[in-house]
Amino acid sequence: MTTNLQTQPDPRVPAPAPALEVRGLVKHYPGVKALDGVDLVVRQHEVLGLAGENGAGKSTLLKALVGLVRPDGGEIWVRGEKVRLRSVVDAADHGIGMVFQEQSLVPNLTAAENIVLGSEGPGVRRGIYRWNTMRRLAQEQLDKIGSHIDPLARTDTLSFADRQMVEIAKVLRIEERTSHPPVIILDEPTSVLESKEIETLFTQVRRLREFASVVFVSHRLDEVLDVCDRVAVLRGGRSVGEVPSADAAPAELHRMMIGSTGSDDHYHGAVAERPDEARRPRLVVRGLSGKSFRDVDLDVHAGEIVGIVGVHGSGREDVCRALFGAEPTTAGEVVLDGEKLDLSGTRAACAAGVGYVPAERKTEGMVGPMSVADNMTLTKQQSRCTGPLVRPRKQATLVDRWIERLSIRTPHRGTAIQRLSGGNQQKVVLARWLVAGDVRLLLLDHPTRGLDIGARSEVYRLMRELAGSGVATVLLADSLEEAIGMSDRIIVMSDGRATTEVAAPPGGKPTPLDLVKEMV
Amino acid sequence: MTSPAEADAGSEVVNAGRPQPRRGISLSDAGPPIALVVIFGVFAVLSPDFRTLSNVQNVLDAAAVLAVVTCGISFVLMMGSIDLSAPGIMGASAIAVALLVANNRNDNDFGLFGVAVAVLLGAALGCLSGLALVVLKVPSFMTTLGISAVGLGVATLMFAGVQPNVTDPMLEGWAVERFLGLAHLTWIAVACVLVGVLVQRYSRLGRYAFAIGGAEEVLGLSGVRVAPYKVAVFTMAGAFYGLAGVLVTSQLSAGLVQAGKGYDFSAITAAVVGGTLLTGGRGGILHSAVGVLLVTVLTNGLVQVGVSPYWQGGVQGLIVVAAVAAAVLPQRRRNQVTK
Repeated sequence: MTTNLQTQPDPRVPAPAPALEVRGLVKHYPGVKALDGVDLVVRQHEVLGLAGENGAGKSTLLKALVGLVRPDGGEIWVRGEKVRLRSVVDAADHGIGMVFQEQSLVPNLTAAENIVLGSEGPGVRRGIYRWNTMRRLAQEQLDKIGSHIDPLARTDTLSFADRQMVEIAKVLRIEERTSHPPVIILDEPTSVLESKEIETLFTQVRRLREFASVVFVSHRLDEVLDVCDRVAVLRGGRSVGEVPSADAAPAELHRMMIGSTGSDDHYHGAVAERPDEARRPRLVVRGLSGKSFRDVDLDVHAGEIVGIVGVHGSGREDVCRALFGAEPTTAGEVVLDGEKLDLSGTRAACAAGVGYVPAERKTEGMVGPMSVADNMTLTKQQSRCTGPLVRPRKQATLVDRWIERLSIRTPHRGTAIQRLSGGNQQKVVLARWLVAGDVRLLLLDHPTRGLDIGARSEVYRLMRELAGSGVATVLLADSLEEAIGMSDRIIVMSDGRATTEVAAPPGGKPTPLDLVKEMV
Repeated sequence: MTSPAEADAGSEVVNAGRPQPRRGISLSDAGPPIALVVIFGVFAVLSPDFRTLSNVQNVLDAAAVLAVVTCGISFVLMMGSIDLSAPGIMGASAIAVALLVANNRNDNDFGLFGVAVAVLLGAALGCLSGLALVVLKVPSFMTTLGISAVGLGVATLMFAGVQPNVTDPMLEGWAVERFLGLAHLTWIAVACVLVGVLVQRYSRLGRYAFAIGGAEEVLGLSGVRVAPYKVAVFTMAGAFYGLAGVLVTSQLSAGLVQAGKGYDFSAITAAVVGGTLLTGGRGGILHSAVGVLLVTVLTNGLVQVGVSPYWQGGVQGLIVVAAVAAAVLPQRRRNQVTK
């Protein structure tokens, strides 16, 4: 096992300058240190894997490398030369290009146009298209990667895998801007590919190594180890080590990604006493299938917290949304307290006492400029209305009671929710499902995302209280530790199926490693 | 290293022969032409007056002004913006050209030069819309509505209470003299459509307008500055409206402030009916030309079969809402937010 931190290049060794080097990169966002002194070396003609959990700082680092994020501190060196990257074009001038996770092609243009977009060169003269030249330019790029796509096909008629080839061909255009081998960054390139397509992609990646350096990011550790020469691991915005992929196993890599366990397990204890009635499950899901998940079975008892874990693309988010009627399902049955749950829309779910806290708080969870009071009574209108009329005093009394009960720190119930801290915002979002007192099932999609430790533990306490009062909870946790600490049982999902169930009672918690074995 | 390593090498590899941007022919592309043929056929069966050659000439001549306006608006819609400035710009250019060619108000007689000035006036007003959009970040809906009011204001100032009647034989001739059975105006409109098609297919401006409607962020990530292209598209649209104002003046032999009344809505109807998406990125000049013919045939045909013209406005409104609904039908998804 090798976790040596090779951050300080020895100036006396006349080795060829690395293609790309990052030294002590720092980037702050309000409340979060996305990058906290990252060091990274990409050697010439190597495929470097980059691994890290959600929130480890991978995407911020990549964005900094292509000039989309300006770091607050630290240095980026390209072939032994310190650079400042202000834009994508800037980065391209230095030979750095990125294939974005969400494909960045214009769907209604031809593949050729996408490949040369922004640097048409001789393809456009005096604003007039030379389709022949354009096609030739694009063909040259496609030939480099041995792709047989018709350059004049409309991009949205191509398969996803072909579009990815177009993207790689497009990124390789940066070779025209610099005389040096380029650095190509592939951000999660395999997340939507079939296994055969992945093989093709890997062949391409290995081919790229002939004339470029590659940074390869993926959540699937086996892939990273398969295609990369070396793997660098990020955790909490820091580099925690590098491993030559020849002698590393996925589990070992994962251990580096999640770090030592038990460091922030302050929420493990203090399990609320629950009435240990012999219960029938409150929520019964049988054979639920949708676009990204198949045959999911799930039982949740009253007062139980069931965590669903899985890597990116496992389909767990979609299952959660489907239970709330926000994602179409193709088959399966959901029964809540003995009654069939109507999944045709969110209204039916709300009426049946299902609550949902979405992962994207700012865009899906709350109406930013609206007051705390209005946000809290957004769903359960009847709790503040008489017929169609809003009763301000009824609302005020109710909201004030919940503000006190959840100790939401807000100047006033009329304050716009966007002025509150993240933790208090999240409490208001949760309170929305509580004000009517009819919530039976809570679906929590990353409820602690973006919260600091203090706010987290308050949300944890609230979750426990709710469970204690008999609410069934499905939790998609932000980290494995959180899932383990909070859940009574954990369902592992992989490739759209619920593969394993792990019991996690207080005192008998599994370790993250136990779960990782099931996930990868 | 260019040798295909994968097994799928020799499969259905299509190599392009011609440098033509290939587009997938879908139902949404084929729909409007089919609808045009069907509607034309229905009216031809129902009404003997409709199927006469002279009526077909009438239809084409009646479509001329709308076709020119729609050429301009199509590029804007392709970008995913909207343009409501046609009535104002047409009014301004109509009065301007009436005062610049031989007329009863002053001694000007600039002929074609006057026409060019009127078109440039339209382009300038369109440019203002574009600048307000990219510099002040005002949504195109609002900027173009404002520019329309500005255009009407300019027209009213120049109108000054006395209607300028055109006495220029050239401009008057455009509406009455015929070539191959069609008025010169109609040939001008055909030329506009051709220019529009060329711009759309072979100019960076046209292709980028298309791309902006498809995925504007991607252009930014590819190092393309989109703002100049947006301004250029609005400028070009303004020029088309300016020309349309001139054509209306030619038809009426007089400059009217109201020359462009209703053309904003008709042009959007035509473009949308022809298959251009209001969200941008789909459609084109040829689509819009088909849409123009559809709208004109419908208007003409309804009159020919005896439907009161008083119904026309309402019918047109229903058509545009139905066409938009049909166009967005395949893209509907759960919890979609529509504003």
